[in-house]
Amino acid sequence: MNIFVCIKQVPDTETKVTPNGDGSFIETNSIKWIMNPYDEFAVEQALLLKAANAGATVTVARVGAVKDTESLRTALAMGADDAILVEAEDNLDSYMTAKALKGAIEKSGKSADFIFTGKQAIDDDCLQVPQLLGQMMNLPSVSVVVGFEANDTSLTIKREIEGGALEIYEFSAPAVIACNKGLNTPRYASLPGIMKAKKKPLLQLSLADVSVSAEDRRIVYTDFQLPPEKPAGKTFSAMEEGTQQNVVSEVVSLLRNEAKVI
Amino acid sequence: MANILVFTEIHGEHVKSITLEILGKLHGHNIEVAAIGDIPAPALTDLKSYGANKIHSLKGDKLENYSPEGYSHALKEFISTQKYDYIFAGSTSLGKDLIPRLAGMFDAGMASEVTNFVMDGDTFNGTRPLFAGKCLAKVAIQGPRPHFITVRPNSIGLPENPKSGSGEASDSNVNAGDIKAAIKEIIKGASEKLDLTEANIIVSGGRAMKNTENFSILNELADVIGATVGASRAAVDSGYAPHSMQVGQTGKTVAPTLYIACGISGAIQHLAGMRTSKVIVAINTDPDAPIFTKADYGIVGDLFTVVPLLTAEFKNLLNK
Amino acid sequence: MDFSYTDEQKEIREQVLKFSKNEILPIAQELDTHETFPLDLLKNAWQLGFVNTSIPAEYGGVGFKTLDSVIISECLAYGCMGVNTILMANDLALLPIVIAGNHEQKERFLKPFTEDYKIAAFCLTEPGHGSDAAGVKTHFKEDGADLIINGEKMWITNAGFADLFVVYGTIDAKLGHKGLSAVVVDGKSQGIKLGKPEKKMGHKCSDTRSVTFENVRIPKENILGNLGEGWAIAMKTLDHSRPLVASSAVGGAQCALDLSKKYAQERIQFGKPIAQHQAIQFMLADMAMKVEASRLLVFKAAWLLDEGKPNTEASSYAKAFAADACMEITTDAVQIYGGYGYSKEYPVEKLMRDAKLIQIYEGTSQIQRLVIAREVLKY
Repeated sequence: MNIFVCIKQVPDTETKVTPNGDGSFIETNSIKWIMNPYDEFAVEQALLLKAANAGATVTVARVGAVKDTESLRTALAMGADDAILVEAEDNLDSYMTAKALKGAIEKSGKSADFIFTGKQAIDDDCLQVPQLLGQMMNLPSVSVVVGFEANDTSLTIKREIEGGALEIYEFSAPAVIACNKGLNTPRYASLPGIMKAKKKPLLQLSLADVSVSAEDRRIVYTDFQLPPEKPAGKTFSAMEEGTQQNVVSEVVSLLRNEAKVI
Repeated sequence: MANILVFTEIHGEHVKSITLEILGKLHGHNIEVAAIGDIPAPALTDLKSYGANKIHSLKGDKLENYSPEGYSHALKEFISTQKYDYIFAGSTSLGKDLIPRLAGMFDAGMASEVTNFVMDGDTFNGTRPLFAGKCLAKVAIQGPRPHFITVRPNSIGLPENPKSGSGEASDSNVNAGDIKAAIKEIIKGASEKLDLTEANIIVSGGRAMKNTENFSILNELADVIGATVGASRAAVDSGYAPHSMQVGQTGKTVAPTLYIACGISGAIQHLAGMRTSKVIVAINTDPDAPIFTKADYGIVGDLFTVVPLLTAEFKNLLNK
Repeated sequence: MDFSYTDEQKEIREQVLKFSKNEILPIAQELDTHETFPLDLLKNAWQLGFVNTSIPAEYGGVGFKTLDSVIISECLAYGCMGVNTILMANDLALLPIVIAGNHEQKERFLKPFTEDYKIAAFCLTEPGHGSDAAGVKTHFKEDGADLIINGEKMWITNAGFADLFVVYGTIDAKLGHKGLSAVVVDGKSQGIKLGKPEKKMGHKCSDTRSVTFENVRIPKENILGNLGEGWAIAMKTLDHSRPLVASSAVGGAQCALDLSKKYAQERIQFGKPIAQHQAIQFMLADMAMKVEASRLLVFKAAWLLDEGKPNTEASSYAKAFAADACMEITTDAVQIYGGYGYSKEYPVEKLMRDAKLIQIYEGTSQIQRLVIAREVLKY
């Protein structure tokens, strides 16, 4: 059984995000890069599946720039067997990323039985790569997965939709599974695991190696800005008899139309 | 004038309101709408009043339930018989899952989670948040057509004066193709409230609640707006609520989209637990309560009068 | 001179700190309030390989260098200095075995610690002998193939849970440090009497007691090195253990700094966050400088040891400076929090109470200064 996990390295959630000088991206100088939090569930699920299937291997793949602390090494330390890095800028769009990941999986020489990803990357929140990857590889994909059961003949997968409802899917591998929080509890990499990770293979590829070029770009972001300052709070007096209803109507209307939270 | 298709989802007798938000922004272009399955009459009326010219009901086997493969195959088949420049959809659970696969079938680009957009002549120009909303950027699409866009619900808002279209409804036959992953069952959402730390909306009570029973008026409000109920340390220490409901320095830290603080003064211990809430509403009889310096909307008033009025107002708004 | 972490060290730091922030820090206050020995947490830390970092690879250890160990220790202490005291105590006890044990002893005593989570206690201090360690009165009497131990030890970390005790005693008190010897005692031995857990200012989750040895019999195979070599073993142990303990001070201080930084940006007085008032800025600056300086001293002491160079002086610099700095930094943290800092509802008063012990154990700040002055005045 060949299990693949696609991960992304993203700025830490505590990072202060500021647009760079010409608004073409954000300042990346003092960013701490971490494994995309949703990808941790993907790595964990892959490792659980490996443990339940003798001879299964887990290959972790990432597309992006070489980093100080390499998340691929963290995944290897957690228990993955080998890794592939497609070296590229960090600002590839979803189409290029999916194409590169497809190329990387094909370059591994192993045919994928399962491809796990996180449901979204917390930097660009596009939520496209798992589905694109599925479509490009002609595999079914299910996203926002909160339950996963695999036995000899089939997979049962729980997908979370609006209102906390669950869609229960049944299908056979191979498939792309995009994991959500709550699917499992990701393990910490043990220190012996970290030392062993050093010796595990990490294949480095270029975009050209996976047939991706600038022509594949579909999305262009420009004019990065900080969001507008929150306007000063508005206070309404509703102490006097008769004023309360008007105030309540006004506030509810603002919550819907101005704050857009209801 | 661009040729635009808006994919819509039916909710009861109507379309999801995100469709109408999108239609409102497309005035001046040739707008068509497509849905999988039957479109109820009230929905057709809405779509026409908001500008749809042609409304397509796409029908075929194996399309009763959503499946990414079935829906995308069917839509691809339909779209390939037309000449659309843009395909729009709401960034709903279904939209987020379906549109990327569909775009991939056309090797086309997709702009996700757009919160605003304009059509510059015939060219789409969107704005969207990135890095969990910490910054905004403009987004443009290049490459093969059609281009795909999903729009976040409740960001654009409904147009004030929608212009109607010709609203011609028709049926089209489509094929679901080969479906390898099928929904076997749908389990409705549990009526259990979300944990405070996960809740999107929280209503909290403070010392002014006076006793445990009074928390029922907060529960009523919470039920209407889908909120979880919390409490300040003062309320918990006075025995009005259990410690598990406490929000603050020694309680839970929460980050909801909306936090409604009822009868809470807003001392720093409490703020420590909820200061990263996106929008804060405060209700307190003391106009000098510190919570008002942090609230986006403050109501100086008696929570026992105001909260029930809020419950009724929200009930009205959400049942519309 | 390369001041950067290796790739492994970066990874180690990230993983241990993640564990510390997610598993230790959230329960630290509760452990302190209820004085709970967190066995499950300790087992988790052991399973992830964070414990017993001094055991060499040949005996089942991971093969960490001292520099790796101090990084791990700093990150664990960030979550709770008390929890780290419990974990470090294993190394403090096992180090004499690593340093002076023969192959058979290392196999016998160290291997079990790599197969399951076991707890060790290091026994040197006595009610009447703390800083004056050479004068310990615990007596070792030779009796055929055995050694009989009699004496009372005080302030023993992990006493109530120890599977193994490493005990310093003397064959003849009149010989002073030349009589000092080190032995290993199985925790289940007859004659070991434990006192009640001490009620302490801080490190409350750590079990600290007096341990009385009443005619405890051990085979002579449990003597580390030879009788009379204890002082040399102790001195060599300190070269490793002092930087380790100092790194605990660095972790605790870093936590205090991070908390203070966050609070200062939230607390508003005189119309702005107190972080914008110079008085607070100066305090934060001093705290930051001291943490970094402490860390660098610890790293150098660890590096020297790894390079096989003498590091006694550097170890004392690190221990004295880091412990004193941690006390100052945690005190400043309480100050920055003001009234809230004094309240048990906020986490900084615990840090200040925890910091105090580090100035006392593993060689008081005063003893460190004696060691340093001796080196300084040599030339």
